Amino acid sequence: MHPLRVLAGRVLAQGRPAVQTVRFKTQGSVQQPGSKRFSTAEATAEPAENGNGSTLRRASAARERSLTMETLNPNVKAVEYAVRGPIVLKAVEIEKGLQQGVKQPFEEVIKANIGDAHAMGQQPITFLRQVVALCTCPELLESPAFPEDAKTRARRILQGCGGKSLGSYSDSQGVGCIRQDIAAYLERRDQGVPASWEDIYLTTGASDGIMSILKLLVSGQGSSRTGVMIPIPQYPLYSAAISELEAVQVNYYLDEEHCWALDVNELHRAYQEAKRYCNPKVLCIINPGNPTGQVQSRKCIEDVLHFAYEEKLFVMSDEVYQDNIYSPDCQFHSFKKVLYEMGPEYFGGVELASFHSTSKGYTGECGFRGGYMEVINMAPEVKVQLVKLLSVRLCPPVSGQAAMDVVVNPPQQGEPSYPQFLQEKTAVLGALAEKARVTEEILNKVPGIKCNPVQGAMYAFPRIFIPPRAVEEAKALGMAPDMLYCLHLLEETGICIVPGSGFGQKEGTYHFRMTILPSTEKLKILLEKLSAFHIKFLEEYTALEEPSR
Amino acid sequence: MLSSRGVQTMYRGLLGSQIPEPSVLVSSPLLSPLSARPVCWLSVNRRCLVNRKMSENGLASRRGKVLTMETMNPHVKKVEYAVRGPIVQRAVEIEKELKEGAKKPFSEVIKANIGDAHAMGQQPITFFRQVLALCSYPELLNSPLFPEDAKNRARHLLQSCGGGSIGAYSASQGIECVRKDIARYIEQRDGGIPCNPDNIYLSTGASDAIVTILKLLVCGEGQNRTGAMIPIPQYPLYSAALTELGAVQINYYLDEENCWSLDISELRRALLDARQHCKPRVLCIINPGNPTGQVQSRKCIEDVIRFAAEENLFLMADEVYQDNVYADGCQFHSFKKVLFEMGLPYMNTVELTSFHSTSKCYMGECGFRGGYMEVVNVDPEVKAQLTKLVSVRLCPPVPGQALMDLVVNSPKPGEPSYATFVKERTATLRSLAERAKLTEQILNTVPGIRCNPVQGAMYSFPRITIPERAVQEAKEKGQAPDMFYCMQLLDETGICVVPGSGFGQKDGTYHFRMTILPPTEKLKILLQKVKEFHLHFTEQYS
Repeated sequence: MHPLRVLAGRVLAQGRPAVQTVRFKTQGSVQQPGSKRFSTAEATAEPAENGNGSTLRRASAARERSLTMETLNPNVKAVEYAVRGPIVLKAVEIEKGLQQGVKQPFEEVIKANIGDAHAMGQQPITFLRQVVALCTCPELLESPAFPEDAKTRARRILQGCGGKSLGSYSDSQGVGCIRQDIAAYLERRDQGVPASWEDIYLTTGASDGIMSILKLLVSGQGSSRTGVMIPIPQYPLYSAAISELEAVQVNYYLDEEHCWALDVNELHRAYQEAKRYCNPKVLCIINPGNPTGQVQSRKCIEDVLHFAYEEKLFVMSDEVYQDNIYSPDCQFHSFKKVLYEMGPEYFGGVELASFHSTSKGYTGECGFRGGYMEVINMAPEVKVQLVKLLSVRLCPPVSGQAAMDVVVNPPQQGEPSYPQFLQEKTAVLGALAEKARVTEEILNKVPGIKCNPVQGAMYAFPRIFIPPRAVEEAKALGMAPDMLYCLHLLEETGICIVPGSGFGQKEGTYHFRMTILPSTEKLKILLEKLSAFHIKFLEEYTALEEPSR
Repeated sequence: MLSSRGVQTMYRGLLGSQIPEPSVLVSSPLLSPLSARPVCWLSVNRRCLVNRKMSENGLASRRGKVLTMETMNPHVKKVEYAVRGPIVQRAVEIEKELKEGAKKPFSEVIKANIGDAHAMGQQPITFFRQVLALCSYPELLNSPLFPEDAKNRARHLLQSCGGGSIGAYSASQGIECVRKDIARYIEQRDGGIPCNPDNIYLSTGASDAIVTILKLLVCGEGQNRTGAMIPIPQYPLYSAALTELGAVQINYYLDEENCWSLDISELRRALLDARQHCKPRVLCIINPGNPTGQVQSRKCIEDVIRFAAEENLFLMADEVYQDNVYADGCQFHSFKKVLFEMGLPYMNTVELTSFHSTSKCYMGECGFRGGYMEVVNVDPEVKAQLTKLVSVRLCPPVPGQALMDLVVNSPKPGEPSYATFVKERTATLRSLAERAKLTEQILNTVPGIRCNPVQGAMYSFPRITIPERAVQEAKEKGQAPDMFYCMQLLDETGICVVPGSGFGQKDGTYHFRMTILPPTEKLKILLQKVKEFHLHFTEQYS
């Protein structure tokens, strides 16, 4: 038997189905109840066996775990999140092995599983970090090492913080002046479409904002339970949040044949079908697409908004990749702007929440967990409820808010930091566009791989052909065929990508998502390795099928 | 508000252009015949423009709202969180009015509603901010402005970040070296009782971790629905989270007559009562207490653990105020330490999660949203589920993780920053102790106010006597009597405190929570004003 198959089998034999119950091997040894708890730590201590015998015995007899897989919140059990799922845990394990000298057919694990630009070597925007450092350590405001424009930004942010410290709680909606800066940014971006700072809510990354809005929207039982329409393929935060909130996931399929375009007829189909068993109230759009990389046309957005208007849907538009557009013939149109241009009946009618973040774009500041949402047309009394809900968590991280402020209020022409800022921004976006092109090009050269153009965002989501024998083998192991494929790829090449099944795909099709974030040189090597692997994989399983060959 | 350009465009929209032809949709027989008709358009829009000021966003549309008070998540609707509730909103309004030049009997609003030390003027620990600035802008590693130990810490942290940047996502459980540092810190704190870094989860403030653990624990329907035991008075995060999750709140009352101590017979009473209508599975403890400021004795902790063991309860120990112990004779004992000192079978069976944060103690860094939890004796499969659940949110903010690391790995004797660090920490803690005493003393001089000693944490939760007539008036207004009291206090003095009803209290008793965080001089003024107000209020309604 192929050694990889043994390995893959080992990973999966421990749990089934793949994503849900795989034991996380990285968590260290599993401790048996009753064994000495001290065994895993540096110190050892003898358990004290002291008095009070009867209570002890009673306790020990009665005591079973209060929290087990049987008593765990079933909605939590149902959550799946492939981007950091079993394949990534396996990658971490291999990485640790490599560090400890375990021999592998590769020298390093390349993580192309997650849109984490800095981890892949992208440098932060200097100006952003200067402002954050100044806010963090205001003594630096005296230092000549920092440019005046950075200091001005930092002073303004600190002025908006309680006690002029990043360490105080902000309002639950976010620091006032940052909300104002965001509103001003939105008006600029949307060429004058009005934006009110009171509609802006800072968040802990975009995920947090998406989760909060979904939480508000979930109600009803049985066939009146809230249905949430999401694209397939989707970013699995959506399916995970829907599971956790026990809402009904309503899939609409993007059209792979047409560069993952959204077809309004498909929205109709999905909506009408869903109405039979739930109450579809929410329409989620990811534009530019994750994992699919398409950029929606203005016409398509208009159609979607019209549909949402007619069917009375709350629209959530995930626009975190708004600055990541690479195809020369594509352009980002915000849902808000299109809604405005459709006229007052629409602009005053459709409830729309749009999301942005510091994690993507050209800044790639994921670790700061900065983000915001703009919510328009929300009923005022519901807004009060939203603020109340947010207030329980007190506030989003203030340093993330500061980073968000720089994203929406970068150096302007004439300011001392402008040239360097522009140069850094252009370099990052230029490299990403180049990598998007290279990825598509190389992947499309491989027989059995078909990749749509990466028009935007940070991912390629190519379709892969998997031989029937491999599909059968995967099924026998209780895993998705593209999971088997990705596990093999990881074991053989050290490349970590996420199987399409984690994002959803048309039945019988297989994909994977890879980021375009490794440096150009590394990306080329990755793509070459991947091509070689794919060909070998095909050969191996076709050979198995036709022993005569 | 509309910009003038926006208004122009809108008028152009009204007069000239038409709604875009719904080309795709007209063909569908399933749609309602709501296609654009210019005739009614205009009137609708005129009406809308008039309404514009009332509806905060856009124009009122014919379409109506998807999300209304009737259709929204009913659990969310029921959530209450007094610490940032109506009283605080009123305080913000008053602040605005003051800024706009309104005449009031006071010149500023003093916010004693929330444990937000920096907002009250406490200075950050220099060393912490130095390291964070170094991590944010690593070019500073070459600057002579920063001491070597700060640079070493920054390098140590950056090395553990993806790409050497705090802008990369960390592992969902938190940065590995931070988890190790935390584990070592816990071992030291607990006199050598071992701590496994695999049991540490970084979080976005302690609140995040508390909600996450409660989320895992909620299941069952009707009589089998998870019940969670919480102290009354409690920190309202607990009641809010339980409401949001649709779990059953089980109240156990702290004993105000005995300095808010926890009595096991009261735990038992609450448990037995609750068993008739739900399945009690969790016991939450806040030590040192919020809002009540008591510090639990070792004996009491032992009793609680034994109770949890016997009754098969999952223990959640909220220990975010562990460094805030002021009273002589009081000492912080961690639940983990006591659990392990109790030996078998407790130490390897009782499921315990304890929480800590960067927001309180001597650092008071609330804005960074740093925190962690340690999970002990949790089923390994459940731990895997926990890791999965936290991975959906990717990771806690990395600057907050870095800060948490500094808290547990502060300057050591012999390091260049040690002296300053100790000086700053001691000054803050000493001053807090002084303010705790001062608050108790002054409040207890007021007839009709009775205040237990503030042994720890950051709050005083005095009991107030509210005259019958004021109670009546409040009821007529549909207000809790102590809300009525606090609103008047705010309106007359500018002091913002939170009514006891937001934390829960024995029926017929009234309290408020105030922080001890304003600087000593300001605190004295504040207390004097509270005193005068209370006397005046009592007189007025008697």
